[in-house]
Formats: sequence, structure tokens, C-alpha cells
Amino acid sequence: MATLEIHDLHVSVEAENGPREILKGVDLTVKQGETHAIMGPNGSGKSTLAYSLAGHPKYTITGGTVTLDGEDVLEMSVDERARAGVFLAMQYPVEVPGVSVSNFLRTSATAVRGEAPKLRTWVKEVKEAMARLQMDPAFAERNVNEGFSGGEKKRHEILQLELLKPKIAILDETDSGLDVDALRVVSEGVNRVRESGEVGTLLITHYTRILRYIKPDFVHVFANGRVVESGGAELADKLEAEGYEAYVKGGVTA
Amino acid sequence: MADNTPAGSTTDGAIQVGGPKQPIDARVSAPASYDVADFPVPHGREEEWRFTPLERLRGLHDGTAVDKAVDGGGVKVEVSAPEGVTVETVGRDDARLGKAGKPVDRVAAQAFSSFETASVVSVPKDTVLTEPVRIGVHGVGGVAFGHQVIEIGAFSEAVVVIDHTGDATLAANVEYLVGDGAKLTVVSVQDWDDTAVHAAQHTALVGRDATFKSVIVTLGGDLVRLHPRVVYTGPGGEAELYGLYFTDNGQHQEHRLLVDHDTPHCRSNVVYKGALQGKDAHAVWIGDVLIRAAAEGTDTYELNRNLVLTDGARVDSVPNLEIETGEIVGAGHASATGRFDDEQLFYLMARGIPADEARRLVVRGFFAELVQQIGIPDLEERLIAKIEAELEASLA
Repeated sequence: MATLEIHDLHVSVEAENGPREILKGVDLTVKQGETHAIMGPNGSGKSTLAYSLAGHPKYTITGGTVTLDGEDVLEMSVDERARAGVFLAMQYPVEVPGVSVSNFLRTSATAVRGEAPKLRTWVKEVKEAMARLQMDPAFAERNVNEGFSGGEKKRHEILQLELLKPKIAILDETDSGLDVDALRVVSEGVNRVRESGEVGTLLITHYTRILRYIKPDFVHVFANGRVVESGGAELADKLEAEGYEAYVKGGVTA
Repeated sequence: MADNTPAGSTTDGAIQVGGPKQPIDARVSAPASYDVADFPVPHGREEEWRFTPLERLRGLHDGTAVDKAVDGGGVKVEVSAPEGVTVETVGRDDARLGKAGKPVDRVAAQAFSSFETASVVSVPKDTVLTEPVRIGVHGVGGVAFGHQVIEIGAFSEAVVVIDHTGDATLAANVEYLVGDGAKLTVVSVQDWDDTAVHAAQHTALVGRDATFKSVIVTLGGDLVRLHPRVVYTGPGGEAELYGLYFTDNGQHQEHRLLVDHDTPHCRSNVVYKGALQGKDAHAVWIGDVLIRAAAEGTDTYELNRNLVLTDGARVDSVPNLEIETGEIVGAGHASATGRFDDEQLFYLMARGIPADEARRLVVRGFFAELVQQIGIPDLEERLIAKIEAELEASLA
């Protein structure tokens, strides 16, 4: 069973007046089949956690460990992490001029699976996955994220999640900027992947709204660069009612 | 008219083929002429020269570049053509030279005033070639002035590849005379050594119901400045102008197009795409389309896209559309320059794609639609390999 273990993770970014510590000792274990919601106020370091796990060069790991099934994730390059089974659905997916969605998906699947998918079954696989996410087939010929609406970008992220079948899926504010219909479609996509029982999900969100569609097994409150409280789904109800007030007062929220 | 212009081909009265009307570009500093003396030496602030580093033209613009072909320098031209095609080397007085139109800038006029022999490739009428005509222009160092005429007769179909390699300082004019109802595809490859300088005017005279398709591929050279131009001689003419350039470290690659719609019911479609990388890479794209009052029913579109792969590169992209009649089918243009940056690299790598492959993916995808236009498999493969080699060489 795949397990992502984060232990005492410290992460800094370069700021104008020297390095600034954002993550201050994160401990978290995510197992295959589990869904963990990470909730917290703006600036608490949630997205930093997501990007640090994916290996974004902007973030410097200053302490702690991250392992996937015992393998040192922090030693891996960005592409190695993805091939090892870590997937990050980004809050702000990047436009890639010149690369069509279909070309991108196939190249990515080839890299992650270690061999090129057979063309005939691949075309069918993509078509069906797109239909489930209510994406127009013409979408495949557009350039990656170029001119996509907010909802299209998120559907495209979840399309990749469905096709790449990672061991650990990190969803960074996938719900932000979505209307109710898009949120439902995207959530259903995430749930299909979860129902396979083969993915551990780290659902990062500011709002409790998405938790109506995606039921977490665990909820963690993130504040000031670390997990400050953990509980079951009921913790989200408390946050819904009371907000983050209790966790940020006196703390540096940056 | 200066003494050194060839008789029979230079005066307006001597031009027979439908009497090509010279495009009048409002923004040039001197009217078109066969004679270099009619153009002042450019100083670099003129509209048509303002992007070009004159000092790197090696004297092609001011008369100091002299053809030393007698010493064995210059360019070697080799033509291989399928049966039915006539290939000739002719003197300056050949009546077919200069028919497509006059040189529009001083370097082109210098070439016209200075060349000693010209190549004329003729395809008779009603002839459909199944193999391309291949013209190799290989630079062996030194200055050269070139002139080529590709003439294809009515209702003929031909593909011509002009392949520039080696090192030279070359100024040239290439004329395409496309007969009524004929189809001519020309692929001009600038695969020069990185030391070469190449300035050329390509002028196409497109006959009634004829189709002219041009694919310009510029990869090499220290400075390449091409001037593809299209003039129509009758209604129903169609021009498709495609271009691909890969501009790297220190290269200046400039493409200045003009489509002169002065004839009714003609079409033109322009797509030029460039990728740039490395310090001081400079690409210039000028797309001028004129739709004159007489050109009712014109349908035209032009597009330029640039992909900047690394910091330090510069693109100047200037589409320009002048419309004198509203009775047209369509007219439009678009220009966009985008960057391939670290965030894009991160995004692709976060999907398992290694860095070098990510870059290849982007560049290959960007150029794919243009490479496909060439339609000659061995050439397409060579050019893709070349682009990928350049990509890797400057990343190393």
C-alpha cells in the first residue's frame, strides 16, 4: 500500500530581505485509499506544501523528510516525482503555447507509464474520460491551458488525474473559482479516481464547499506553516460554523 | 537608367507578362528600381531598414561588397530536375529576367545590378512534375550576387526546393512566374552556417487562377533578410505563404512580406512562426498586405507567432493591412509572441515529462503545422532533426 510520509518538513522561499520560512515542521501521513482535507486561512502555507511536494524550484527544503513508500521524494527531480506517482493538480495551471492537449496527454502518459499507450485504446480512453468530465472533444486540439476558462483549466487537471492514475494526488484549491456545476463535475471526477481505492488524496482547500461533494476521511487545520489540529469530517463542520478565527489569533499569518 | 542594367528586361515598356504593376509601398524610402544607383545608401533609420543591423550586411548595402567569384569564392549552384524541366544558365540580357518585378530595396537592386549569370528553370505548360526540382545553393565563402527565375507554364504543377547551405555573403533576387491555372510550391531553406549573410527578394507573379505556395525555413546564418512578395496578374490567384524560423544566439533573421492585392477575387494566407533562444537572438517579421480599390472579392489573412524560449531574445512583429475597398470577402491579421518559461517547464515536468523532452515537445508542437506544409518527407525529417539539434546545442 502506497504511503506518503511527511515528517517535520521545513520550507523557505527567497524574499527581498533573505529567506523566509513558510512551512515550520509539517507532519502528515497519507495512505492509498485515504482522503485528507487540508484546510486553512490564506497565507497559512497550504499551497507551499503542495508545490514543495511536487518539487517546484522556488521552494527550498530546509529540514525534514518526505518519503513515498520509503523512497526519498526530496531527492527526486520534478519529473521523477511525477513518475513515482505524485500528482499535483494546480490552482493556476500554466499555459503552454505550441503544445496541443492531445499531444501533451499522450507524452505525459508515455512518461508516467513507461511506455507509449497503444494508440487505439488510448484515443478511446481519452475520449471517454473527456466525456465524463463534460469536455468538448475539440478541446483536445487546443493548446494546453491557452485561453481556457477557469472551469476548463480545472477539468483539464482532473482529466490528467484520471488518465495518469497516481498513487498520491495533491489537489491544490481545485475548487477555487468554480461555479456550482463545474464544481460538481470536477468533484465527480475526483471521486471516480478515489473510488478505485488506489490513490491517496490530499485535498487542499480554503472553503468547506467542496467537502459536500468529496467526503474526507481526515481533516487537518493548517495555520502558520504547520498542522495545528486534526480530526475527522466533523472538524470541517466546526470550521464551517466558526471559521479559522481560533487558529490565527496571535499567530503570524503572513 | 544606369548603363549596367540589362537591355530588354528593365524598362516598363519591355515587360510583357500582363504588365506587372509595381507595388507602391507607402513607407519605403525610394521607389522600386532595377538600378542600385536609384537607392540612397541606407543609414538605418529608414522604415525598411530600422530593424536591420547594417554593419552586419558586410557591405551589401553600401557598394563595398564585391563579388570575388573569380577567386573561386561565392556560391555554387546545382540544379537537379526531373525530365521535362529546362535548366539554363543565362547572361544578363536574357529577356526573362526582371519580369516579376523590380527590386524594392538597395540590396536587391545591388544584386540585380551585379550578378553575372542567372539560372532559369522552366517547366513547360500542361506539365505535372512528380518529383521536386532541387536547387542547391552552396556557399564557399566570399561575396556573391545571385539571380534565379523559376517559370512554370499554364496548368503545370511543380515543387521546387531551394536549399542554401555553407558560408557566403549573398544578395539575390528570385523570381517566380506562375502561369495561368498553374500550381507552384517553393520551399526555400536557409540552412546556412552561422557565419553567412543572406539578403534576398523573392517575387512571385501569380497568374489567373494560379496557386503559389511558399514555405520559407530559416535556421542558419548570421544575418538573413528575406523579402517574399506576391503580385497577381489575373483574378482567381491564390497565395499561401508559410514561414518557419529558429533564431538562436546572435542571429538576426528578418522576413518582410508583401502581398499586393490589386486584382479582384484573389486570396492570400500567411502563417509565419518563429522560435527564439539565446542571447541577442533577433527575429523580425513584417507582414504588409495591400488591398487596392480594384481588388474586390479579396480574401486575406496573415498570422505571425513567436515563441521565446530563453531570456535575451528579441522579436519585432509588425502586421500591416491597408484596405482601399470594402467590397472584400475577408481581411485580417494577428500577431502574438509568447514565452516558454520555468513555470511551463515545471508544469510539463510535473506530469512526468523530462526537461529536454518538454522543450522538444513545445518546439515541435509549435512548428508541426508548418513542417507538414513542406510535403517532402526527407526534407521534413532533416529540418526537424536540425531544429532539435539547435535546441540541444544551445541548451548544453
